[in-house]
Amino acid sequence: MEELKTVGEIMQFIVIKLGDEQYGINIRYIDNILRMQNITRVPKVAPYLKGVINLRGEVIPVMSVRIKMGLPVDEITKSSRIIILKMEQQGTIGVIVDEVKEVVTLDETQIEKVSYDSKDEKDNFISGIGKYEGGLISLLDLNLVVPENA
Amino acid sequence: MDVSQYLEIFLDETNEHLQNLNTQILSLEQEPDNMDTINEIFRAAHSLKGMAGTMGYKRMQNLTHDMENVFSEVRNGNIKVKANMIDILFQCLDALEEYNTNIRESADEGTNDNEPLIKQLNDILNGTDTETANTEAPVTETKEETKEETSGADNGAKKWLDIKLGESETNVLNEAQKQGKKIYGMTVKVQESCILKAARAFLVFKAIEENGEIIVSSPSAQDIEDEKFDLDFSLIVISDGSLDEIVKAAKGVSEIEEVVGDVYSVDKIAVKEVKEAPVKEEAVKTEVATAPVTEQTVAAPTAERTPAASAGKTDKKPVSGKPVVNRTVRVDIEKLDTLMNLVSELIIAKNSLVSASGTESNANSEVHEQIEYLESVTTSLHESVMKVRMVPIESVVTKFPRMIRDLSKKLNKKMELYMSGEETELDRTVVDEIGDPLMHLLRNSADHGLESAEVRKERGKPEVGSIFLDAYQDGNNVVIEVRDDGNGIDTEAVKNKAIDRGVITPEQAEIMSEKEIIDLLFNAGFSTAKVVSDVSGRGVGLDVVKSKIEALSGEVEVKSKLGEGSTWIIRLPLTLAIIQALMVDIGNEKYAISLGSIQTIEDIPVSDVKLVQNKEVIHLRGSVIPLIRLNEILDIPSKKDPQDNLIVVIVKKGDKLAGLVIDELIGQQEIVIKSMGKYINKCKIISGATILGDGEVALILDANALI
Repeated sequence: MEELKTVGEIMQFIVIKLGDEQYGINIRYIDNILRMQNITRVPKVAPYLKGVINLRGEVIPVMSVRIKMGLPVDEITKSSRIIILKMEQQGTIGVIVDEVKEVVTLDETQIEKVSYDSKDEKDNFISGIGKYEGGLISLLDLNLVVPENA
Repeated sequence: MDVSQYLEIFLDETNEHLQNLNTQILSLEQEPDNMDTINEIFRAAHSLKGMAGTMGYKRMQNLTHDMENVFSEVRNGNIKVKANMIDILFQCLDALEEYNTNIRESADEGTNDNEPLIKQLNDILNGTDTETANTEAPVTETKEETKEETSGADNGAKKWLDIKLGESETNVLNEAQKQGKKIYGMTVKVQESCILKAARAFLVFKAIEENGEIIVSSPSAQDIEDEKFDLDFSLIVISDGSLDEIVKAAKGVSEIEEVVGDVYSVDKIAVKEVKEAPVKEEAVKTEVATAPVTEQTVAAPTAERTPAASAGKTDKKPVSGKPVVNRTVRVDIEKLDTLMNLVSELIIAKNSLVSASGTESNANSEVHEQIEYLESVTTSLHESVMKVRMVPIESVVTKFPRMIRDLSKKLNKKMELYMSGEETELDRTVVDEIGDPLMHLLRNSADHGLESAEVRKERGKPEVGSIFLDAYQDGNNVVIEVRDDGNGIDTEAVKNKAIDRGVITPEQAEIMSEKEIIDLLFNAGFSTAKVVSDVSGRGVGLDVVKSKIEALSGEVEVKSKLGEGSTWIIRLPLTLAIIQALMVDIGNEKYAISLGSIQTIEDIPVSDVKLVQNKEVIHLRGSVIPLIRLNEILDIPSKKDPQDNLIVVIVKKGDKLAGLVIDELIGQQEIVIKSMGKYINKCKIISGATILGDGEVALILDANALI
């Protein structure tokens, strides 16, 4: 995966949907994509932590990106998925998304950095904007989305 | 030589030896004349030296070498054990410990030469009149022999003359002589500084075997391979070549000091007495007759080597004098962890089978039978794996007597440590972690608990204070108690201090019970010692103890009586990974409660619930038990009709009881505790999660945190 990144600065993103907007998650953090399953609620934790699931014998916490980003609460549908992220610092965690669309390959010229002065809360989780086939993809900065400590 | 792969073993063994030395030197202080102890110390110091040398830790080697010298003199009766000597020895152990820590951290022993210590050791040595003997032969094991060499003249160096032959060897030698081959005897001496003696010996063997055939060696080939020889070994060789050739070949190996060889005449052969095996062959009989009696007496002083020689190549004879091999295997704890994880997985799989077979309308009784069988097998498998991971707490507590001794000197208080239950076993991971908290508690007892000798005398107590460390198993828990007969906890002092520090307000202090006040001690930044000593009193003691023990899912409790002493009670779970639990239903969510903390389960009519100080309690068999409505704590609506009888699980923590109100009982189950990762560790009442038979995750309630 590391190699993919270095060759000509090409990066791959998985495009997901949260509400009407498209977001991109860097593929090298992604361990697995699961269908929605029963999440065991854990009492007395931050509201965006939805609970825990069993992933092949491991207990993995699951969080809602929507609540974290200040979007309306998740509506679980048939296309809802849990994306399992493997982070260097934070370990393994699952995030709930409305829909997983496709994998896109972007090179540096297609990515535009964003400034952080935006007042909109959800923009604080974005590391850049990707332009792809006419559409725009907000690239999630996972280190901001996934907290170090709950 | 690359020795990094042995580093772990080296560190482990060094620790063991150091601990052993600590214990032995302590007992030496009590009985300065105990020969067994002195020998044991000598052996441990010797092994340490050898190990440090092999690993290339020169400073460590030098220090142990000098310690060994001192002990060899003690062993020979040239030096008497004195108090100041014990002190120096303890300092040496500390220095070695420091080397060991340095090595553990950086694979380097550090640069501290500990010259003052070495000088002190040498002063002890020079205090006796045997200076010359010391410098000549620092390695005592060879001392007796080197003396023998000088006095016994010729025979000393030509040790092959002492080799006793069995019947088969004599036969071979006779045969060889008939064929006109030459027989040589030779003694090879390895340099004192040689580190891998066995390897050198092996090279010598190989070199000689190119020119001839080795018939007998002393010690036996096996012992040489195991490095069970001092600095020399003897061989009898058959060869076609000349003696010079063979000696030259042997000398060609590096680190060989000298090789003495001569033609071996069969006349000189000293035949050993064969008691077990009746002498059958005539040839041997003749040899027995020709063997001069004098040769046999010469062989006698080296009795230590004779059993090894007899074990030579006559496989039929029992190998005597060889220590019983310890039948243990050193296993990396990680491998055990993996094994444990696999067992956990197996139990989860078994649980799914159980729940799957339960849902099918009991179609096949045979399937049920097999599942029950599987259940019992997995349970015993789990138990055996647990047992493998269990180690006696001995490994951590053995360092405490030494520590108390040092504290006693430092604090100028007389005290004695009494330990019991060192053999109590706990999971390896727990044992590794429990050392520091225990040390804290002991230091605390020594420093804050025990009074000075004068005060004790005034109060009519024995001058020497006692600290007790008792460990025992109590059901599914292991209890470790640290007890002292000192002053006990002065609750007034604690209260005032707490108010001073702003931990509590004076108003709060008024209504606090004695127990609550004592619990304040576990607050961070709290220390009641008026003077900060370097033993304790930096205010980072008891809160660390508490958090460490809680991290091990244990708990700590204090009982104290002013003027009579205090007792610190640590409770630890026997196992960390798999427990028996009661599954309960609360508002359609499943939770597990460890069976270990459950006393009883009661069915209570709503009318029996009383209010005391606005808290719900029930009266049960003479005790008033507070009720905890779990659905409220877990923020979930109960699905039960409020008029229905309550199902109450009575749980116990120490001597406190509480009733947990649940919606429904599901049943007892063996569950595997899984960590929930660091995101969700903030929730104190949840101690972990487990995976149920149907793949769902259930949370484990920590009854201790609820009470």
